Amino acid sequence: MIEVSGVTHVYGEGTQARTVLQDVDVQLPERRVAVVGANGSGKSTFARLVNGLVLPTRGTVTVDGLDTRKDGRAVRRTVGFCFTNPDAQIVMPTVREDIAFGLRRRRDLSKAEVAARVDEVLRRFELADHADHPAHLLSGGQKQLLALASVLVTEPSVLVLDEPTTLLDLRNTHRVAGFVQSLDQQVVLVTHDLDLVDSFDRVLVFDEGRLVHDGRPSEAVAHYRALMR
Amino acid sequence: MSSLGLYRPGTSLAHRLPAGLKLLVLLAAGVGSVFVDRPWQVAAALVVVGLGYVVAGLSLGVLLRQARPLAWVLLLVGAFHVVVNGWERAVVVTGVILVLVLLAGLVTLTSRTSDLVDALVRVLGPLRRFGVDPARIGLLLALGIRSVFVVAQFAQEVRDAQRARGLTASPRAYAVPLIIRSLRHADELGEALVARGADD
Ligand SMILES: Nc1ncnc2c1ncn2[C@@H]1O[C@H](COP(=O)(O)OP(=O)(O)O)[C@@H](O)[C@H]1O
Ligand SMILES: [Mg+2]
Repeated sequence: MIEVSGVTHVYGEGTQARTVLQDVDVQLPERRVAVVGANGSGKSTFARLVNGLVLPTRGTVTVDGLDTRKDGRAVRRTVGFCFTNPDAQIVMPTVREDIAFGLRRRRDLSKAEVAARVDEVLRRFELADHADHPAHLLSGGQKQLLALASVLVTEPSVLVLDEPTTLLDLRNTHRVAGFVQSLDQQVVLVTHDLDLVDSFDRVLVFDEGRLVHDGRPSEAVAHYRALMR
Repeated sequence: MSSLGLYRPGTSLAHRLPAGLKLLVLLAAGVGSVFVDRPWQVAAALVVVGLGYVVAGLSLGVLLRQARPLAWVLLLVGAFHVVVNGWERAVVVTGVILVLVLLAGLVTLTSRTSDLVDALVRVLGPLRRFGVDPARIGLLLALGIRSVFVVAQFAQEVRDAQRARGLTASPRAYAVPLIIRSLRHADELGEALVARGADD
């Protein structure tokens, strides 16, 4: 469970200071949570708070009882993070190597076990035919699937995705959305694609750093549309 | 750009040799190049490296593409040496650079980056006692290789965008967006590395 308690976040200091999240209080036990809001409303900052990439200026964030401030590494092992731009998060030259990257420090797994897990993920994400290809030769959709595969191979219990389909065409958006739907993990999805949130348990609407609505998809989307008018 | 020096799966002798050994050969060639001072020695080395490509089952086209990014450098260095030290020295110096680049290309074309990184990490193991983290250096190597391709892709996109807007080739109009994109990429990459547990 994700618990965000009394969180205010400020970027910069002094005259540069900018409050981008204000008094956010929310507990998220649901399996499917979506986050929507205008550009600059604080969605990415909220997403980054969940895995400790950003530490709150005030308040606390915990995941399964782990405090992002005190147990940052443990939190990041629990929470996988998928960025908008897959090119920025693919760190190894080839597909297979990038998937194996997250397992490189796993002393509890033998070389064969690591290879088996990587192969399984390659198949599941339909990347087996490209296993030894350079990552930069993949299509945009394949790159995003690779990014997803590389995060999921470490078996996080929560997956946070920050606009994973914003750079994709409709077909690849459906593919990525399909994979996200099939996950056993708890999912926190930041998105501008309101079609994707239909099946979600809960939708958070942010506006200028405040959580202005929190509920079922239909009401939340209606609220969001009214806001944008 | 796509065919530049990245692993091509294969089963040839060149592929099967341990990555560490290949790195060692490359290192030895680098050290040995200091003692080369006759054009025939350079020619012999070129033949040997060329044979390496044949053994690895790589085409002449692939070999040429390894050298192509260097064409301007070789031309400049060669011209400089022809003027200052005469043609023999020019042949030796440009030839040595060419041989080393082709050899490095052969090593990376026939080895998985992860195998090269593992080999490097093993070789650097003893440095741990001086506070060096071999795994970190290995990661840097892999990131460096990956980043070459990402920046090459940016370069292509910036060039395309300029053509689309009908801009003629101005070095500044080219360099500025390229540098900005590369810096932003470095920022995002840093964040992604933390998210993916690189600091564990
Ligand atoms: N690292 C940062 N430093 C300073 N300001 C930032 C930083 N990251 C985001 N911001 C600012 O915070 C505000 C909220 O950003 P963000 O959380 O990315 O919103 P969203 O994802 O909803 O577009 C924006 O105005 C943005 O410019
Ligand atoms: Mg954002």
